[in-house]
Amino acid sequence: MLHIINKAPQERNSLDSCLRVARTGTILLIEDGVYAATRGNAAEGKIKDAMTRFKVCVLGPDLDARGMGDRLIEGVQSVGYDGFVDLVASEPNCQSWV
Amino acid sequence: MSEEGGIKKFMFVNRKAPYGTVYALESLEVVLITAAFDQDVSLAFLDDGVYQLKKGQQTKGIETKNFSPTFRALDGYDIEKLYVEREAMEERGLTEADLLVDVIVLSRVEMGELMEQQDVVLSC
Repeated sequence: MLHIINKAPQERNSLDSCLRVARTGTILLIEDGVYAATRGNAAEGKIKDAMTRFKVCVLGPDLDARGMGDRLIEGVQSVGYDGFVDLVASEPNCQSWV
Repeated sequence: MSEEGGIKKFMFVNRKAPYGTVYALESLEVVLITAAFDQDVSLAFLDDGVYQLKKGQQTKGIETKNFSPTFRALDGYDIEKLYVEREAMEERGLTEADLLVDVIVLSRVEMGELMEQQDVVLSC
């Protein structure tokens, strides 16, 4: 399953809920969700732990908009809008953790 | 409450990241309006609000106006008091060097004391 998270980790518990419940698949961080995948964020450990179970991606344009393009956690894949579509198409289903 | 000439101490408290919602942009517009009335204006950045001041924002890819350069123009409106919560920066891996304007870094305790001194506090 593709899990889409669009809220910052310190603003909502979307990431925590996803990591608590979801078992496997891909996590795509978009909009304010991208902050979770930046070095030095309090959520860095959660993302690194999640990478042992999930493929973790961020939407590149959202990361760049926020000036965080230079501090993506190593191993997290940055994708464009086309990559977003590919992820949706490649997984059997998806869930937005709004 | 008010000082001579009807000047009040206004503080705008910014707690939202810049593009996920419209709060940050709307707050900045109200700040500029308030400045036109010659008030004593302070801006406080707490929680995800510190992200508003991050250097290097490139919004072309999300087709949204990059309003971060406006923070650099605030001193032209006599708005020079920008306060940032130290703990909020630390929890997000940011330092003063990551910010696009000069700020005064305060602890949570100091921020709370500064809020107490205001006549009007507006929160976004």
